[in-house]
Amino acid sequence: MDFNDTPQEAAFRVEARTWLAAHAPAHELQPGVTIPDTEEAARGRAWMRELYEGGWSGLTFSKALGGRGLSGAEAVVFSEEEGRYHLPKGPFTSIGTGMALPVIAKHGNDEQRALYVEPTLKGDLTWCQLFSEPAAGSDLAALRTKAVRTDDGSGDWIVNGQKVWSSWAHLTDWGILVVRTDASVPKHKGLTFFVVDMKTPGIETRPIRQISGASEFNETFLTDVRIPDANRIGAVGEGWACCMTVLMGERLGSGAHRSGVEPLLDYAAKTPAAHGGTMLDDRAVRQQLAEALAEEQGERFFQARLRTMVSKGENPGALAGMVKLAYASRYQKVSGLGMELRGLDAIAPEAGDTFTPDLQYDYIYSTVMRIAGGADEVLRNQIAERVLGMPGEVRMDKDVPFEQLK
Amino acid sequence: MDFDLSDEQKMLAEQARGLLAERTPFDHLRKLIDSGAEWDEPLWRELGEMGFLGANVPEQFGGLGLSELDLGVISQELGRVNASVPFFSSIILAADAIRLAGSEAQKTEWLPKLVSGEVVACFASAEGPGPILGQKVEFSGGALKGTKSPVADAGIAQIAIVQAGASLVLVMLEQAGVERTKLESFDQLRPHYRLDFNAAQAELLPGTGQISTLLDRAAVQAAFEAVGGGEACLQMGRDYVMERQMFGRSLASYQAIKHKLADVAVGIELAKSNAYYGGWAAGASVDDLPGAAAAARLSAIKAFENAARENLQVHGGIGYTFEANCHFYYRRERMLAVILGNRGFWADRLLNAQPGTQGKAA
Repeated sequence: MDFNDTPQEAAFRVEARTWLAAHAPAHELQPGVTIPDTEEAARGRAWMRELYEGGWSGLTFSKALGGRGLSGAEAVVFSEEEGRYHLPKGPFTSIGTGMALPVIAKHGNDEQRALYVEPTLKGDLTWCQLFSEPAAGSDLAALRTKAVRTDDGSGDWIVNGQKVWSSWAHLTDWGILVVRTDASVPKHKGLTFFVVDMKTPGIETRPIRQISGASEFNETFLTDVRIPDANRIGAVGEGWACCMTVLMGERLGSGAHRSGVEPLLDYAAKTPAAHGGTMLDDRAVRQQLAEALAEEQGERFFQARLRTMVSKGENPGALAGMVKLAYASRYQKVSGLGMELRGLDAIAPEAGDTFTPDLQYDYIYSTVMRIAGGADEVLRNQIAERVLGMPGEVRMDKDVPFEQLK
Repeated sequence: MDFDLSDEQKMLAEQARGLLAERTPFDHLRKLIDSGAEWDEPLWRELGEMGFLGANVPEQFGGLGLSELDLGVISQELGRVNASVPFFSSIILAADAIRLAGSEAQKTEWLPKLVSGEVVACFASAEGPGPILGQKVEFSGGALKGTKSPVADAGIAQIAIVQAGASLVLVMLEQAGVERTKLESFDQLRPHYRLDFNAAQAELLPGTGQISTLLDRAAVQAAFEAVGGGEACLQMGRDYVMERQMFGRSLASYQAIKHKLADVAVGIELAKSNAYYGGWAAGASVDDLPGAAAAARLSAIKAFENAARENLQVHGGIGYTFEANCHFYYRRERMLAVILGNRGFWADRLLNAQPGTQGKAA
């Protein structure tokens, strides 16, 4: 066991750090300043372009695909170094690199890989995810958006339905889409996976007004959308396997964030308490912050164990879900505690307060962290079933043709 | 970075696990309790012969010269079976105290005997209810006066390492100035005593300022022991609910049970990760040890606490019987939770290890 870099990793870290020092500052966002989403997305593309030109995009993708063919360990080193800067990174680029590309690389054909991988690594193509539906969230395979093959001999598909929670669908170029192509078989078996140009006629995105006040999520309506068969990824009926590849990327990618304990420690240590001393002298505050910090550290080292497993070719499977499960609740608890420490100011801060709005946002946003990318309850089921070997949930619809379900 | 146990460490764990599973099944623990045994002496002898007691002690003092992480692997396996041996008292605390603060002569005299198992030492720091300060004993002119209570494993020990204020002293227990009184121990597999020192002859361990490091290193080992205990509870609870039928289906198929055990599993994995880091830092990155040890301690006790409680809970009524095995861990967990200072004490140590946030408890 060695928590430190190997000589190879250390050399790579120096290389990354040197390059970032020369190129990252020009792309940094100003903390606490909100910019329009169009600008955020444009700056995200520009950073992707910079990464690509410097040879830092798609580190784990093979050279043949336009990547660099490096190990997961080196990709982690780079993301740690990149994380020292406040860069325009977000779903507008990570859905492409973290979800679309893995599924295209694994299930697509050579022509598709040539078409999509390199342009995405360059920032020329950005992606959104058209998976969830109003009646298919945790139970994704219950989705109803339907694709029917035309009978004009073109082989094209006509898609009708509604998708939801599609982050950045209004500003991205392409979408990864899963639809039902056969309702006469049980739900998981009748799905097929496509990529779709978001400018195709019949696609309409409407922003969702979220509880955070922002609208990065959308509803996407698909009405008689014509998609060429060349856009199909994998075989007809292979959609569920493709989704699993995407979701695995989502699980491994989630939870690499801090839950806000350290800024709160600093705040409590600097803020006078009612009866002298600082807020950090308060026993209850100390206890809660210490427990959260201990858990946060444990999670960091747990991720190090998972990465070690991956680097040795082992699949962590449902163990990876533990990271987000622990993280999301801790994020909610810590931001909630932060608001309490702030007092009534947490509800109505004065203009110019740059600390409280972040706490408020975190407390609101933590709710979505507990739901997206595997809800707490889904993750607990998976851990119980796949790590502990306990029985699966009763699935009334398992062997029933989809069209016969109520 | 390679954040996993080495193949040798995994083999060591397997070897220890195999031996312990064979020597100390639950019925054996029940017999020890029923017979009022002070300890599992044959097991202790065997652990000594196998070299387990000296895993992290340098070879010049009779040990194997391995790392803190190797010792942690053994602590975890002892925790898994709830062994009735003075490993924590004699090896983790007393031998380490001699190693950290003893003179060369003291190390040469005592460490080989402790790691062979020939001599057992106890570690006396508590002085009744409340925090551990070590203030109520006096050591001067080679004589120790005062009382320590409770002291684990003092009935079978030949020597005690006693915390006297900021000093550590070594006392032979077989002498006129020492009186041992057995107490009722909540952990029925680890007897506790009151030790009265009436001008007992004692010698100073000359190293100073080592108590904090000793505590940190012990906290990491206690975390490994708690992780082992937690894993045993999780396995036991899971196996029981898999077998038990209720309302026409497996108890394990209920989501309330699945989610409970999933949370137990998450707690254990996070705690184990902290323990690994603490074990690594104790040898390879000592500046990180205080924060790493406190995080390991806090998360391991939390994980073991949840595991011990929920294991008994999912057993239902049978869990409340002496014949079921939940109680061994339910009791041991409370002992581990208080043996090195409580949660608040370790929360303070964790926060104090963070740069720029030193504060004091109100």
